[in-house]
Amino acid sequence: MYPSRFRYEAPRSLDEAIDLLRLGGDYAKVLAGGQSLIPLMKLRFASPELIVDINNVPGLDYHRADPDGTLRIGALCRHADLERSALLASTQPTMAAAAPLIADPIVRNRGTLVGSVCHADPQGDWASVVLALGGSIVARGPGGRRTIRAADFVTGPFQNVLDPDEIAVEAVIPAAKGIRSGGYLKLERRVGDFATAGVAVALETAGGNVIRAGIALTGVGGSTIEATAAAEALVGKPLSAGSIEQAAGLAAEVARPRSDHRGSAEFKRHIVRTFVERILTRADATAERAA
Amino acid sequence: MTIVYEDHDDQAASDVPVRRIRFTINGQKKIAEVETRLLLAHLIRQGLKLTGTHTGCDTTNCGACTVLVDGRAVKSCTMLAVQADGHEITTVEGLATASELHPLQEGFKEEHGLQCGFCTPGMMMAAKALLDSNPDPTEEDIRWALSGNLCRCTGYQNIVKSVLWAAEKLRSQ
Repeated sequence: MYPSRFRYEAPRSLDEAIDLLRLGGDYAKVLAGGQSLIPLMKLRFASPELIVDINNVPGLDYHRADPDGTLRIGALCRHADLERSALLASTQPTMAAAAPLIADPIVRNRGTLVGSVCHADPQGDWASVVLALGGSIVARGPGGRRTIRAADFVTGPFQNVLDPDEIAVEAVIPAAKGIRSGGYLKLERRVGDFATAGVAVALETAGGNVIRAGIALTGVGGSTIEATAAAEALVGKPLSAGSIEQAAGLAAEVARPRSDHRGSAEFKRHIVRTFVERILTRADATAERAA
Repeated sequence: MTIVYEDHDDQAASDVPVRRIRFTINGQKKIAEVETRLLLAHLIRQGLKLTGTHTGCDTTNCGACTVLVDGRAVKSCTMLAVQADGHEITTVEGLATASELHPLQEGFKEEHGLQCGFCTPGMMMAAKALLDSNPDPTEEDIRWALSGNLCRCTGYQNIVKSVLWAAEKLRSQ
């Protein structure tokens, strides 16, 4: 399979890349890891006239924490970098749980977190994780930088709010105000398959109480679903069997799964409930050990 | 090097986007002129006539086309040939020397790690990337590292044994 013909540019700076996009207009696409874009182009679901490959732009492959704990992930930071990250392992349980579950090990060598969020596939794992953590995307365009909350970033399946001449340069995860716990669970038929269903849970606790909670669902609707009511049911009190059951039920309620070859809608809803329960029960056990 | 493209009569030849790239493959420096949409797998197979790299599914699932790009395993059907510009590619042909098989190749032979052999080049390249970073992997490490490579014959058991065999031989060298 071949993509349609396209012009290809590999700029060495962001300014140059943005200029190229400005001239390329609606028919230009940014290429980072390419693990979603290239398959889409081969299948002719996407036929851009111009590809702006940002892999030669220096200084985008980082992930680092600011002194205040804010985490920044550059547009060329690969899934494999995050999977091996000591920083994530020690400070970001939800992200550390998700990183090894993205696609397969070879795809993880090239694919990027920022690209995955931009791709806005309802079955993309990182979008749920970033949403649950209250993260945002920083975009750069001709007019400068702007920060877009993950909750406002995706407008529908495979659609985001970026202007045609904007590039998503980093994802930002705000610093925790409490102790982080949580996780990511994904049911897949085999390694590398899209999620039958996935759940991201990000908690912060202080003084035994949950002070912030985020829950987001992968692959059970037309876009990534933020289970706001489920998360709110956890805040302002310690985790308990009762609050865990309530949150799991509320999360399953907002899921909008469709029956397909991966399973029935009912089955997927059941998975959501089970995963929320499972992650929260583990988080509770971790908190007890820490106390 | 010449690559002949399909002509769909839809564009003047001079309008077909082409780029000149410079890269290293199995230690040899090359310059190629490639159509921008050419996939790395096709540059390797059709341009360089290195047909050890197989294209299986062509949809980023099977891993038969796995090669190393700057030492990292990559599915070459999911990377553009133009993106190889300035990079170092290793294919399965880069494993053996003129006189000796690579321990991975020996391992697959000794432990019967292949049946039809279609997935084998991809398995070996993914295994090479693993052993380069982890010379003493557990069976679990190997299964994890090869989980992006599909085999429809062996049931994986002997592939894992082959990689363990190779790891031991490499450690003893």
